[in-house]
Amino acid sequence: MVLLKIKFPFQKRVRLAQGLWLLSWVAMFSGAITFAMGVFLKTELHRRSEVMHSMDIHIVPNLLMAVGLASVGINICAGKVCQDSLDPTRFPRWKMFLPPFFCFSVFLTSLLLVAMILSFALQPSLEESLKIGLKNGIRFYKDTDTPGRCFQKETIDRLQIEFQCCGNTNYRDWFEVQWISSRYLDFTSKEVKDRVRSNVDGRYLLDGVPFSCCNPASPRPCIQYSLLDNSAHYNYEYQSEELNLYNRGCRQALVSYYMGLMNTIGPCVLFDFLLQMTILVSLRYLQTAMEGVIGQENVEIETEGYILEKGVKETLLETKEKMKKLLQFARVGDASAVTPDTEPEADKPATA
Amino acid sequence: MALMKIKFDLKKRVKLAQMLWLMYWFSIMAGVLVFSMGLFFKIELRKRSELMDNNESHFVPNILIGVGLLACCLNACGGKICYDSLDSTKFVKWKSILKPFLICCLFYNFLLIVTAMMCFAMRIPLEFTLAEGLKNGMKYYKDTDTPGRCYMKRTLDLMQMEFRCCGNNNYKDWFEIQWVSNRYLDFSSKEVKDRISSNVDGKYLMDAVPFSCCNPSSPRPCIQQQITNNSAHYSYEHYTEELNIWKRGCRDALVSYYGGMMNTIGILVLIVTLLQISVMIGLQYVNTSLSTLVNPEDPESESEGWILEKTVKETFTDIMAKMKAMGKGNQVDEGANEEAVTTVS
Repeated sequence: MVLLKIKFPFQKRVRLAQGLWLLSWVAMFSGAITFAMGVFLKTELHRRSEVMHSMDIHIVPNLLMAVGLASVGINICAGKVCQDSLDPTRFPRWKMFLPPFFCFSVFLTSLLLVAMILSFALQPSLEESLKIGLKNGIRFYKDTDTPGRCFQKETIDRLQIEFQCCGNTNYRDWFEVQWISSRYLDFTSKEVKDRVRSNVDGRYLLDGVPFSCCNPASPRPCIQYSLLDNSAHYNYEYQSEELNLYNRGCRQALVSYYMGLMNTIGPCVLFDFLLQMTILVSLRYLQTAMEGVIGQENVEIETEGYILEKGVKETLLETKEKMKKLLQFARVGDASAVTPDTEPEADKPATA
Repeated sequence: MALMKIKFDLKKRVKLAQMLWLMYWFSIMAGVLVFSMGLFFKIELRKRSELMDNNESHFVPNILIGVGLLACCLNACGGKICYDSLDSTKFVKWKSILKPFLICCLFYNFLLIVTAMMCFAMRIPLEFTLAEGLKNGMKYYKDTDTPGRCYMKRTLDLMQMEFRCCGNNNYKDWFEIQWVSNRYLDFSSKEVKDRISSNVDGKYLMDAVPFSCCNPSSPRPCIQQQITNNSAHYSYEHYTEELNIWKRGCRDALVSYYGGMMNTIGILVLIVTLLQISVMIGLQYVNTSLSTLVNPEDPESESEGWILEKTVKETFTDIMAKMKAMGKGNQVDEGANEEAVTTVS
């Protein structure tokens, strides 16, 4: 019982081949675009790799790049097969090549879906990675004299300015960390001594934030220090002040930026996936339709095309049988390497 | 004695026409490029027109847009002529207008060169406009409650952060204006009263700069207030401190930004001019080679092509003579009228 049988007269076959050839060119460009989008996403993730702790999320652009490249190759092959299918003398040489080609292509194309699913599934992992990365970045902000960490300050400042965010979850993260290096603190002054003594670890903590948290849209000049002290500034109430600093945390800003990128890339990848599957199904029909023509004298007869020769269940059972046979051959090969030694011995007593 | 005479047989003529048709397509694309660059330049000027007191001259981008559009039209015409030149019946209708068209192309090439020169020269008026605009912009920095000026603070802050600059000439410009609005000053405090009484206009001046002047590359947290007071900060000397705030003035930064853009556009326009001159010369060869067929009936006969029929000097004297003849023609007419008048009376 054949799966999805369609009758193909000669004209229909020709038109299928021509349409498929054109479609394979479109899909080749689509594959190239998928590759380009993978490259773009990877560079964007790489740019902010300093504030990311783990690289799990990089699997999404890697998959996109791999599948994009592979689909260019697949579509070139498909185009070649279409061209040859119009000439019945040239088509038979593809016979052995096509079944594994189909399996391989279907597998690769389904990787696109996997990439899309992963881009949503890995969002918590991205958030966790950013949380740890930003926490470290804020902790090492003051270490501009430590090799390996001396650019943390610049990185965090530029990040906060570009993404219009402050701190990890919000601006209060800066109150819990000493972000002013001890090199610039006058340890003889009373104020510094008080602050250092006021906490267990002996850190200089203050209710102030770096300048990169300042919001340019604020109507008043930026208030960075003594943020929680209403009396320190004229006409200032920190509970109702909204525009002075950026309200968003950098973790949320970065996550929504990357999610936005992946949501934009998503529809394009889906389109590429659908296009690729259409091509593979049509190519299967073309292959099975052409197989009816091979060996026939009259090339213009009507043939049938199908997706699977038998039903899905029967095909699966057959494939399992084939696999078992292959494994048995491997085992028999090993066994026959052992038996030739015993046989001559058996012969000897008879002749003796 | 013609200028740069070349012999043409049919094959050579066909190849010339085909190559010229291709070059005309490139020229159309070059024209589109010039148009889009003019548009881009116009948009960039518009984006920062607040910093130029809304006073900036859009003359150069407008000319670029016009020249780009004109290039497309002229080159499309030229391409059509080339295409038709391969068919002698179609070419006949173009013969009469070919000479004026070539003179048009010549004037257009002069226009292109003038445009390129203007691109390079626009730097100077732009510098003056920016100096004036930035000075006024800084004056209105504090007026975030005045309609029409309420976005000046944001514009200046964003500009200083983007172009990595501070103030007009340098950061000291901020010391001379009051950039903190009176709404946020406690007039009952002694400090405020001291500062206001310390200058003639009663402005609250201080040696501090806005946060947008801060340099993220500085190893220490930004020092914005009391910049010139070494004792106010630990381990600080403002003469040697280089990375704390941006040293560059915004006028310099903006002029070099726009100057770089205009230089690139000017160079591109010069390249387009060279392309236009070469297609013009090619078209002149097509024109002359098709009008000097040895045997006019036979399209495969040989012909000659040149740039000018006589040498440059002779052509020049010819043109002068023609102009004089035109001038004399007017005079003779007047003289004849006078004689007619005198003879009648």
